[in-house]
Amino acid sequence: MEELLNKVNEKLKEHFHGDIESAEMLYDFPVFTIQKDRIHDVLKFLKEDEELNFHFLTDLCGMQTADEKQLGVIYHLHNMPKNFRIRVKTFFDINKPEIATATDLWPAANWMERETYDFFGVKFKGHPNLKRILNMDEMDIFPMRKEYPLEDQSRTDKNDSMFGR
Amino acid sequence: MSKQESINKEVFEEKEYSILNLGPTHPATHGIFQNVLKMDGEIIKEATPTIGYIHRAFEKLAEHRPYAQITPITDRLNYCSSPINNMGWYMTVEKLLGAKIPKRAEYHRVIIMELSRIADHIICNSVIGVDTGAMTGFLYIFQWREKIYEIFEEICGARLTTNIGRIGGFDQEWNKKTWDLIDTFLKEFPKGLQEFANLLERNKIFMDRTINCGPITAEMALSYSFVGPNLRAAGVDYDVRVMNPYSSYEDFTFTVPVGTSGDTYDRFMVRQHEMWQSLSIIEQAIKKMPEGAMHADLPDFFLPPKEQVYNNMEALIYHFKIVMGETDIPKGEVYHCVEGGNGELGFYLISDGGRTPFRLHFRRPCFIYYQAYPEMVKGIMLSDAILTMSSMNVIAGELDA
Repeated sequence: MEELLNKVNEKLKEHFHGDIESAEMLYDFPVFTIQKDRIHDVLKFLKEDEELNFHFLTDLCGMQTADEKQLGVIYHLHNMPKNFRIRVKTFFDINKPEIATATDLWPAANWMERETYDFFGVKFKGHPNLKRILNMDEMDIFPMRKEYPLEDQSRTDKNDSMFGR
Repeated sequence: MSKQESINKEVFEEKEYSILNLGPTHPATHGIFQNVLKMDGEIIKEATPTIGYIHRAFEKLAEHRPYAQITPITDRLNYCSSPINNMGWYMTVEKLLGAKIPKRAEYHRVIIMELSRIADHIICNSVIGVDTGAMTGFLYIFQWREKIYEIFEEICGARLTTNIGRIGGFDQEWNKKTWDLIDTFLKEFPKGLQEFANLLERNKIFMDRTINCGPITAEMALSYSFVGPNLRAAGVDYDVRVMNPYSSYEDFTFTVPVGTSGDTYDRFMVRQHEMWQSLSIIEQAIKKMPEGAMHADLPDFFLPPKEQVYNNMEALIYHFKIVMGETDIPKGEVYHCVEGGNGELGFYLISDGGRTPFRLHFRRPCFIYYQAYPEMVKGIMLSDAILTMSSMNVIAGELDA
């Protein structure tokens, strides 16, 4: 796995010098953090490079950083013939949550990006049909952001500080 | 306008389509999802799926619950094979903790997971039969799911939403009745499955109805991130149990059945053969069952025996900490996937060291591959579209999370 990390890192460095913010091993996964503006180029490169050939988009999801100031999008890619898996992350300001879509690379990204938009409010530029998918259309918040509590805060029968975060 | 002009004028008749609402609650959709279909007679021109009718905010809920309390949430993803979801979640946490699980517990897990895979495939395949008009097979084979549920009930007390086992292994040894039930099942189920196979597999009506119905090419399946039986039916032999063996799957010999054309018949046949393989895996696991503990050495997650809790300070402290969710969790992020009934079921867990996950994302295979449905049913008959949907085994709980 270390080998894979180094190999992908070398290749990425060659083509995207300076756009790679970090490359590390987290448990059994090589993880790369990429500058937001280059994410589409990097994904395209990872998919189309003959040796790397990360042709399968396993997963795409959003997250919010602990300081609540940034949003992130996380891609899990898989090269099935060689059984390589990597994780690619990118982070951006929560007030300007715009990122290029990956739907042109993988049709599978369509609903996953809609889900990410639905829950975190990440706007995927170039997405063919970016609207809510699991929540109702009338909803005006992005419920997975940390600022929105799980339950009605006027409830007095539960003290959240005693149970959970 | 002169007479001549009006004769020469091209007659333009606008094509009239009808809009048909399939669902949200319709027996043929086997779950709560809606498809707005644009129909030209009986041919589907366009389908627009609406989902989210049973969205229960699992990912948000999970951020507010201690790890052990997340297991019941995973039950309700693919509720046809809850134990696989439970085990997948346990293994994700164990990966984060770096726990070493004894072989004996892992073999027990394999037995449970394969039993639930059989239960899952029984439902899907018999329902394909029902949608083609063959009710008999469904009625005959469904009692075997009941027998599997009896085994689950004996192990953990629950049947459908099982919450089976613990983080680290199992709470106790399985009793004799469980093993008796498993033995009877292994002895008698092959007969039942063979009977079901005889009814449908080479049945002319069934084959005419399902072959070339809702096919998908391997390329398209891969680009839509298909996994599990649906991808294998298209001819790609991707199975998480073989690619990234977990829970000692590398100890067992089994084949991964693949189809060729990715149509409904191939999806049906792949599931049929997987059930035989699952049976063989269970038999191997019982035969090779190693001695040892049923639980990893994880006092932070394993409730101590009750008599110790009442008589021993240490045990009381552990009991309190586990029940109140006051357990130290390492920081980190892991992705773990298992081969669920519908393919790669992934858990992406980010821990900030708190008692609840910082972020937990479920990679639900149904949600990802169901988006190919509009493309798969374009230009086919409505009745074939129903069949395609049931053969994709879209489970509403997993779809909506």
